[in-house]
Amino acid sequence: MANLKINGKTITVDVEDDTPLLWAIRENVGLTGTKYGCGIAQCGACTVHIDGVAMRSCGVTVSEAAGKEITTIEGLAAGGVMHKVQLAWIASDVPQCGYCQSGMIMAVAALLKDNPKPTDDDINDAITNICRCGTFQQVREAIHAAANA
Amino acid sequence: MLPRTHKDAAMNQHVMPKLNRRAFVIGTATASAGLALGLDLPFGGPAVVRAADGAPEVNAWVVIRPDDTVVIRIARSEMGQGTLTGLAQLVAEELECDWSKVTTEYPTPGQSVARKRAWGDFSTGGSRGIRTSQDYVRKGGATARLMLIQAAANEWKVPASECKAANSVITHTPSGKTTTYGKVAEAAAKLEPPADVKLKDPKDWTIAGKGLKRLDTVDKTTGKMVYGIDVKLPGMLNAAIKDCPVFGGKVKSFDEAKIAGMKGVKKVVQVGESAVAVVADTWWHAKTALDALPIVWDEGPNAKVSSETIATWLAEGLDNAQPAYVGNQNGDAKAAIASAAKKVEAVYSYPYQNHATMEPMNATVLYTPDKCEVWCGTQNGEAAFAAALEASGLPAEKVDVHKLMLGGGFGRRGMTDYVRQAVAIAKQMPGTPIKLLWSREEDMQHGKYHPITQCKLTGAFDADNNLVALHYRLSGQSILFSVRPEALQNGMDPAAFQGVAQAGEAAIGYSVPNLLVEHSMRNPHVPPGFWRGVNVNHNAIYMECFMDELALAVGQDPLEFRRKLMGKHPKHLAVLNAVAERIGWGTPAPQGVYRGIAQVMGYGSYVAGAAEISVTDGSKIKVHRIVASTDPGYVVNPAQVERQIAGSFVYGLSALFYGGCTVKDGRIEQTNFDTYNSMRINEMPKVESVMVPSGGFWGGVGEPTIGVAAPAVLNAYFAATGKRIRSFPLRNQNISFA
Repeated sequence: MANLKINGKTITVDVEDDTPLLWAIRENVGLTGTKYGCGIAQCGACTVHIDGVAMRSCGVTVSEAAGKEITTIEGLAAGGVMHKVQLAWIASDVPQCGYCQSGMIMAVAALLKDNPKPTDDDINDAITNICRCGTFQQVREAIHAAANA
Repeated sequence: MLPRTHKDAAMNQHVMPKLNRRAFVIGTATASAGLALGLDLPFGGPAVVRAADGAPEVNAWVVIRPDDTVVIRIARSEMGQGTLTGLAQLVAEELECDWSKVTTEYPTPGQSVARKRAWGDFSTGGSRGIRTSQDYVRKGGATARLMLIQAAANEWKVPASECKAANSVITHTPSGKTTTYGKVAEAAAKLEPPADVKLKDPKDWTIAGKGLKRLDTVDKTTGKMVYGIDVKLPGMLNAAIKDCPVFGGKVKSFDEAKIAGMKGVKKVVQVGESAVAVVADTWWHAKTALDALPIVWDEGPNAKVSSETIATWLAEGLDNAQPAYVGNQNGDAKAAIASAAKKVEAVYSYPYQNHATMEPMNATVLYTPDKCEVWCGTQNGEAAFAAALEASGLPAEKVDVHKLMLGGGFGRRGMTDYVRQAVAIAKQMPGTPIKLLWSREEDMQHGKYHPITQCKLTGAFDADNNLVALHYRLSGQSILFSVRPEALQNGMDPAAFQGVAQAGEAAIGYSVPNLLVEHSMRNPHVPPGFWRGVNVNHNAIYMECFMDELALAVGQDPLEFRRKLMGKHPKHLAVLNAVAERIGWGTPAPQGVYRGIAQVMGYGSYVAGAAEISVTDGSKIKVHRIVASTDPGYVVNPAQVERQIAGSFVYGLSALFYGGCTVKDGRIEQTNFDTYNSMRINEMPKVESVMVPSGGFWGGVGEPTIGVAAPAVLNAYFAATGKRIRSFPLRNQNISFA
């Protein structure tokens, strides 16, 4: 049993303490925008914000996340207004299959909060998500566009 | 004991081709629905067919709602490649509808079979999504336009020839009267479709041919897009599965009692002969219990197979004394080589690769004795339907498949193993929806792998340094042998020669007076599949790297050497020239930067690539810039073609640098992205696309370019270091991205 604060709401989930946050979000809370890709914090498809920091939710347990502010892709838009990263993504038509993009967008939103005008090198250091379709060229373009929005 | 030759292999029970049940079952399904032969593509008729919301179908491809919304039906699957948007553009172009009012819908395979395959082929592989359906979907749009115009003309009691349509509005030109598609759709749906429909000349396109935005982007940025893994049904349970890690092995026993009482566990089931699944309230509970479940495997006859034993067996196939299938031949290459003034020989090899789609395999099934429904991402709705039909044992009218967005396909989701498994589990729990999801580890170890091959290439020159002979001898695995044995031709796999074939959609671009291309077929027990680019991948690496080796042997520039052999292949040459010009071939590269070039034909399209790289310490590669050219005949959406080209380099270079699945004790050693890595943004070069569509044919886009990704970089690596790499992935040579 744990109290998770997700996208501004407190939700009690009846799971074991060591359940990965990813699976509590997907299966117990029912928010499926956060994706399972590897389960070992390699690919970044499950990236969410925990107290404002981009974290791979497959590698965080619910007991570690309890009480912290968790934001998922569904909570990124504020007051019905899309986040500038989402708008940039739409403008650059970034996604191909789209499966990795929730995690990619969450990672980029966290980057821009800490570093509003990242250089290409900053992007290379901070964005380590896997995209098998290979959208990186559009991802980079959209990050710069969002930074300048 | 491994089979020793391709003839022995055919006798070996664990590599025997099986009756293709999929082809058989889909044939049965369509026959039982009253179809004897071919497709019955309907373009409308007197009986109005209605969409689920009651809106009339003008024909199978076009539904128009009273509010003028245009629903375009798409039979092929969207997996990121943009086909959904491209096909909608082609229909909308002929329909002359308002693009801003277009939405799309997947008909189900069950609906299609019930209507005599109204939507034709659902298969979305081989870069076929657009090129093999463009004619009839465009005709669907054009026919609907004519019927809508006719309906308006009837209402106005004027000749249809006095009316025209644009942007979903029909105008009677002499009077200036107008109406909209939404207002006349009901009447149009009752009309007989016209027999003669003329399609637009692509030069007059205004919707097709443009880089319009994809139709599916917004939901992919908000988390709303529903992939197979996201399906939720009332009362649904979740299954995790473990198949025998050694291909061809079986379940001996499992000790269910050991996990009895673990939280959430509902049932433990055997799936076929080789797999065990745990069904639980959540997938996490199912997986946790499965990991704790003791399973004893009968690993079967392949438990001792390793990458080394496979390599040894394949190497034997390079010996000319071994039997081989001849795929392309002119002159007498062996004799010409024997009497040549100069001879160059090299042996290359290419490993197994996993598709590693970001979304692991999954399918959700609700089975009752009266109905079997499947929800899944699939590249071939009809194949998934046939698999469900066979696995459920139900007749076609009681089975259906609901297609969802694919979290990557790359060929993997053209296979139906995961659908069969999900049905087999659900059948043991009738009435309860079951979502089967593979762990990444299961996905890595139970792929349908890019086939493994080796290749010995021998080139021969006369005294004037003219290339007089080329012997291209492949040894290794056939995909068709295991996947579609009915497509073999007297035992030969014609697809093995993709990119080096004499003619057709993957023809060689070089003329050599004495040419022999052959394949010693050897099928290890690791199941092969169609992996983006398929056989073009290794054939392009072997041929294009060796072309550079040949050029070097006679001291010629790699581009000039190729050009001399390409006089009779102007389309191959045109894309090669296009990349050479754009990359600046023949002009000085920036300090420390080296160039490589490659070309190939695949999937009906001509492609070429050029790379600029620098190398540090002989082993750290920075790919600065890629130029890639493609001639697919026609370009339906240049923005999407550009993305497919760039993505091909990510997929191809990931495989080149990081990929490679190895075999030990009969199983695949790589289990996750920590051992089977993929390129990240910091390794991504700038990719410039040069599209040179020459018209008159329709080629594919999703796959051909991947063929040139690796050889362009490998040839640049040789230019930089003087080292020729002939076995892959590069990580095995301690070569990495900088």
